[in-house]
Amino acid sequence: MVEQTTAAIVDGALVLVAVLCLLSSYRVIRGPTVPDRVVGLDAIATNVIAIAMLVALKTDRGLFVTASIVLAIIGFLSTVTVAKYITEGDIITRRNE
Amino acid sequence: MDLAAAEHLTIAGLVVVGSFFLAVGTLGLLRLPNVYNRMHATSKPTTLGTAAMFLAGFVQFGPGGAGLTSLVGIAFLFLTVPTGAHMIARSAQKIGVPFLGTVTWPTEREARGADGESADEERTGREN
Repeated sequence: MVEQTTAAIVDGALVLVAVLCLLSSYRVIRGPTVPDRVVGLDAIATNVIAIAMLVALKTDRGLFVTASIVLAIIGFLSTVTVAKYITEGDIITRRNE
Repeated sequence: MDLAAAEHLTIAGLVVVGSFFLAVGTLGLLRLPNVYNRMHATSKPTTLGTAAMFLAGFVQFGPGGAGLTSLVGIAFLFLTVPTGAHMIARSAQKIGVPFLGTVTWPTEREARGADGESADEERTGREN
């Protein structure tokens, strides 16, 4: 009984977080400025990490935990890269010519 | 109540808390008026929600193997999400996204209070 309730809650949370990803894409498409879009993409990345964790809970496989950490690393790297590109027009900048 | 039932109840509670925080973060991303306010909404509640999901994974998988990886994921999130938010805020201020109302950058307020220097001079001075 408790086990079935937990499985149902995890399923519902999967659907909810997927809908939240769709809602965040509104900000990515309509965002007035470029940092708005970056923030929206960051939110989508965090939601996808949560989705990977929920799949790990649902299927009881630890592999998806590792996958979610890899997704977190990729999301952080992309955020930093875009922030640097917006600011300086280049990703790897030289301080002095 | 045996141990397995308590474990399942803990997982269910953590998943509910995580979903709530993720929903709050996405709502703030959609409804708040400014890029800085939106970033405030996405960085903090979304981190808490994902950390709750990772804690649920730790409860399910136990202290070794994938559970330990979940704890590493929590530490990684708490290190990286504020860093990314800070970098986006800095770049948004540098390309000139306006603040709301009477909000100013802290160094500009100090400069204006000290000798009435204009904000543009302060901005060019900081980039060097």
